[in-house]
Amino acid sequence: MAKDILSTPKSFYKEFFRKPDADKTNTHYCPGCGHGVIHKLLAEAIEDFGIADRTIIISPVGCSVFAYYYFDTGNVQVAHGRAPAVATGLKRANPNSIVISYQGDGDLAAIGGNNILQAANRGENITVIFVNNAIYGMTGGQMAPTTLIGQKTTTTPYGRAAANEGYPIRICELLSALSGPVYLARGAITDPATIMKTRLAIRKAIKAQMDYKGFSLVEILSPCPSGWRMTPVEAKKWVKEQMVKIFPLGTFKDETKEREPIAYEKREYTKEEIKQALGLDKEAPHFSHSMDDVKPIWRNPKIKISGFGGQGVLLLGNTLAEAGMEQGYHVSWIPSYGPEMRGGTANCHVQISTSEIASPVVDHPSILVAMNLPSLDRFEDDVVPGGLIIYNTSLVTRAPKRTDIESIPIPATDIADKLGSLKVANMVVLGAIIEKTGIVTEEAAISALNTVVKHKKFIPLNIEAIKSGREYVRNL
Amino acid sequence: MAKQFIKGNEAVVKGAILAGCELYFGYPITPASEIAEGAAKYLPLVGRKFLQGESEVASIQMCYGAAGAGARVMTASSGPGLSLKQEGISYCAGSELPVVIIDVMRGGPGLGNIAPEQGDYNQIVKGGGHGNYKVIVLAPNSAQEMCDLTMLAFELADKYRTPTVVLTDGFIGQMMEPVDFPEPKDISRRKKKDWAVFGDAETKRNLINSIYLDPAELEAWNKHLQEKYRKIEENEVRFEDYKLDDAEIVVSGYGIVSRVLKGTVNLLREKGVKVGMLRPKTLFPFPKKKFAELAEKPDVKFFFVSEMSNGQMVNDVRLSVEFKKPVHFYGRMGGVVPTVNELEREILKLKESEG
Repeated sequence: MAKDILSTPKSFYKEFFRKPDADKTNTHYCPGCGHGVIHKLLAEAIEDFGIADRTIIISPVGCSVFAYYYFDTGNVQVAHGRAPAVATGLKRANPNSIVISYQGDGDLAAIGGNNILQAANRGENITVIFVNNAIYGMTGGQMAPTTLIGQKTTTTPYGRAAANEGYPIRICELLSALSGPVYLARGAITDPATIMKTRLAIRKAIKAQMDYKGFSLVEILSPCPSGWRMTPVEAKKWVKEQMVKIFPLGTFKDETKEREPIAYEKREYTKEEIKQALGLDKEAPHFSHSMDDVKPIWRNPKIKISGFGGQGVLLLGNTLAEAGMEQGYHVSWIPSYGPEMRGGTANCHVQISTSEIASPVVDHPSILVAMNLPSLDRFEDDVVPGGLIIYNTSLVTRAPKRTDIESIPIPATDIADKLGSLKVANMVVLGAIIEKTGIVTEEAAISALNTVVKHKKFIPLNIEAIKSGREYVRNL
Repeated sequence: MAKQFIKGNEAVVKGAILAGCELYFGYPITPASEIAEGAAKYLPLVGRKFLQGESEVASIQMCYGAAGAGARVMTASSGPGLSLKQEGISYCAGSELPVVIIDVMRGGPGLGNIAPEQGDYNQIVKGGGHGNYKVIVLAPNSAQEMCDLTMLAFELADKYRTPTVVLTDGFIGQMMEPVDFPEPKDISRRKKKDWAVFGDAETKRNLINSIYLDPAELEAWNKHLQEKYRKIEENEVRFEDYKLDDAEIVVSGYGIVSRVLKGTVNLLREKGVKVGMLRPKTLFPFPKKKFAELAEKPDVKFFFVSEMSNGQMVNDVRLSVEFKKPVHFYGRMGGVVPTVNELEREILKLKESEG
C-alpha cells in the first residue's frame, strides 16, 4: 500500500525531457502551487484506468501551458481559451481517444467563455479539469473573472469592485443550468479530505467520458502563493476561508447513471457509395443540336432574364443552361449579384457557347427576357442591335421603344394562370425561346427540368407550360 | 466521370469529399453559406462529420484539433469570418497543421456588403495573423477550378503540413458552370500521418505545439518554416498563360476579374492589339519568375493589373517586375465587377499614353 502511494504514476514522465532547462526532474511550478497535486491526481487516474495510450491532454495558455512536459500521453498545446474547441476537433476526429482539456480560470471563464459554454451545451464527450485560482497566474497576477470582491491584483490594485468589474463567475453553477453536461463538480486540495474528494471527482469525470456519456468538468480551487503574494500555508488558508465561501464545494450535476451512451459508427464508404451520395453515379444525358441551325444573331447567345423575385427567373436561366450543357455546349449561369439587385428585381445571366466562355457576365444580351416593367426599363438599352426582347405583356404595359431589335410580346402570366399556376410563367417563356430561336430543343429542356426541378410532381405542368409558350409564338 | 451543372460553392463541397475530407467545422456567412450547407448535407451521407461551430474563432480551432488528430479537415467563410479566423490560422501555421480554408470574398471593410470583392488579398496572402508565416493560396476562376483547386488544397496542405487557403469571390462561388468530377480518392491507402496525435500508443509521444520559449530555439523553428516556404515557392507555382507569346501588353488578375480580362483580351485581339494574360492560380507562391521574365522581354511595353480591390495583388506584380516596365492598376470596389468594355477602354487609353 505504502509503495502505491509513494510511486510516481506511469502516465507521468520520470524525466521531463521536453523541459528546456537543466533541471529535468522538478516541475516549473512555484512552491505551494496547486498544479502539482492536480497533475498527480490526474496522472494516477489515467494510470489506474489504463488509458494513457488513448489519452490526449490539452495544454492551455496559463501556468499549465507546459503540462505537456509532464504527462506521458498524447499532448496538444493550444491558443488561449480555445481548448474546448480544439478538444471538439480532436474528439470528433477520433471518438475513441480520451480528450482532457486542462484549463485555468482566465483561459476558461474569460477569453474562452463561449467556447466552454458551447462545448458543455453540445454535451461534447470530453473532460475538463478547471483550475480556479482566482487570478491570472502566469502573466503576473492580474484580475480573473473568478477574482473575489475586494481582492487586490495587479489590475485591481485597490481591490475588485463589483461596480466596476462585476462579480466572480461561478462556472459550475452556470454550466449546471445547461442540459448538455453529464457531470459537474467542484473540489479543493487544501487537506487530505478535500484532496480525496477531488480525486474521486476526477475519476468520475473521466469514467463518464470512457463510457461515452458526454461532457464532464471538475473545477478545483487551487492556491497561487506567488500571485497572491502569500506563503504556501497562508494561501491554503485563504482558499479554505475566503474562496470556498464564494465557490462552495460539491457535486453540481451527476447524470452519469441515467445518461445513454453516445453511439459512434465508423465505416469506410466505397467509391461507388460516395459517388452515389454526391449524385455522381450517372452520366448527364446528351442531345444532339447544331448552332448552325440557329439564326446567326442568336448563336452562342448571351441571355439576360429579369423579373420580380418569385417569377422563377433564376430557374428559367438554370434550365436553359442545363439544357445547353446537355447539348454539349459550354454554359454559364450567374444570379443577380451586386448593385443590380436593388429595386426588388431578380435577374440572371446565361451563356451557351460552342467555345470557352471568358467572362460569364452579360452586359449586352442578345436575348433579353423581361418578366416585368422595371426589367424592360432597366435593360432595354443594353440589348445588342438585332437582338431579341421577349416581354411578359401580362405585366409589361408598354412595347420596347427600340426599333433595331426584334421583340415578342407574350402574356406569360395569363397563360400560366389558365394552366393552373402562376409559377409556370417562366416555362411559358422558355417555350417561346425554344420556338423562336431554337437555341435549345424541347427535348433537352424537358430533360433539364428533371435535374433542375426539385419536386418531380410539378414537372408535367412545367412541360405543359413549355408547350403552351411554343404554341402561342407559333400562332403569332 | 459525371459532369454536373453546379454552383462554385457546391463544387467545393463535392471536391472536398472526393479528396477525402473527413470533417467540416464552420459558421454561416453570405456568400459562403452554401459550402456549410452542402457539407452538412453530404458529409453525413458518406460517414464523415459536420459541425456548425459557435463562432469563426471556434471553427478554425476545431480544425486545429482535427488536423492535429491526423484527419483531413476544412472550414469556409468570407472576409469578416476570415478576420476572426486569423488567430487560429497563425496557430495552425505555427504547429504545422494541414487545414483547408475557403474564403469566398465579399465587400468590406467592416460589415461591407455581400457583393463580390477581392479586398482579402492582403489579409490572406500576406498573413493577417501574427508571426512569420505564409499559407498556400490557390485562386480558382471557374466552378471546375473550385472543385479541382479544393482537391489540390488538401494534397498541398498534407504535403507541406501547412494551412492552405482557396481564395475566391462571391461571383465564382455563386456562379453555375459544368464541372467534370474526378473519381474519389482512396482514403484507405493514404499513409498514416506519423506526426499526428491520434490517441493511440504509436503516436503517444507526438506533440502538437507552437511554443518555443528559448529565442534561439524559436528562431530555429522559424527558419525551418521559412525553408518550407522556400520549397513551396520552388515547386508549387501555378499560372495560366493566355496569348502571351507575342504580347506587348500583359494583363493580370485573378478570380472573376481574370474571366472578364480574358474577354477583354479576346476583344482586343480581334482588333489586332497584341495583348495577353498572365493569371496566377497560386497567389502564394506568386508567379514572380514568370512576371520577371515578361518584364525582360523587349516586346512587352507595360503591365495592366485589374482587381476588385484598392490594389493589393498589384504590389506583388510590382515587386516581380522591379520597375523594369510600367505597372498600371485599375480597380473597382464595393462589389462592382468591371465589364469587358470598361477594361478595354482603360487598356486602350494606356496604350495611347505609353506610345
